[in-house]
Amino acid sequence: MSDMSGNSLHYHYIVPGDDFTQAGAASSAVKQILKQLGLNPQTIRKMSISLYEGEINMVIHAGGGEIDVDIDDKKIVAVLTDYGPGIEDVDLAMQAGWSTASEQVRGLGFGAGMGLPNMKKYSDELIINTTVGAGTKVTIVVNIEN
Amino acid sequence: MLIKEIRDTLDAELLVGEDLLETEVHTACGSDMMSDVLAFVKDQAVLITGLLNQQAIRTAAMMDMVCVVFVRGKRPGEDILQVARENGIAVMATTHRMFTACGLLYEAGLNGGCKTI
Ligand SMILES: Nc1ncnc2c1ncn2[C@@H]1O[C@H](COP(=O)(O)OP(=O)(O)O)[C@@H](O)[C@H]1O
Ligand SMILES: [Mg+2]
Repeated sequence: MSDMSGNSLHYHYIVPGDDFTQAGAASSAVKQILKQLGLNPQTIRKMSISLYEGEINMVIHAGGGEIDVDIDDKKIVAVLTDYGPGIEDVDLAMQAGWSTASEQVRGLGFGAGMGLPNMKKYSDELIINTTVGAGTKVTIVVNIEN
Repeated sequence: MLIKEIRDTLDAELLVGEDLLETEVHTACGSDMMSDVLAFVKDQAVLITGLLNQQAIRTAAMMDMVCVVFVRGKRPGEDILQVARENGIAVMATTHRMFTACGLLYEAGLNGGCKTI
């Protein structure tokens, strides 16, 4: 889903919370778009990994949500919004290896507590707004370099 | 090493990616934890895994990997193969276990891509 306004592109995705098989589908779609735009592979990789980690988090920790992606000639901005439980201690959540994921999630290949640190590493800017009991908004910015 | 040589080394069955058989790869990573693949993989081209779900393929695609090998005789379903087709990833299945599959490929010339994390 996209629309053009000014010189930027906007895409919107719904991330279902009850169907793990679909987890990562939005990130795959965004990666295809970034490839079609002919962006530098390193820029694409940075956004793809960060967004995918964020999308998986929405599914395994927050019951799904929505993703909005904006692309202009300087940067790619992805905003992930969910109405899940929120994050009690963001500094703790950012620590490598810290995770509240269940055994079941680990059996699906995730939940090593590396997602948020990885998003921090690959994005140029990572902003987390969260309210316990209300939800989480994660903003990922990756600058476009050619 | 070519993808077709991976297939031959592992007595694997190629399920997706006839067109990728002549693609050259140099490095691989073996893991059932996609979190670790996302955090530690740099430029490895092949993922060897016992995790049978769509996310194994999606994770490989995010990391720009080109081939996923399912070990222990696991047979991916059509939904998984479809994700691989959409992302241009070769998929094969071998009856070898993880350790043996990695060992055979290492011996045949693939390497881990980096000495330590
Ligand atoms: N969208 C979210 N909603 C609620 N909690 C979250 C969300 N994203 C992350 N968290 C919390 O932060 C922790 C660390 O996240 P992360 O580093 O991605 O590791 P993992 O997902 O492997 O647990 C999670 O275990 C979870 O407690
Ligand atoms: Mg995570």
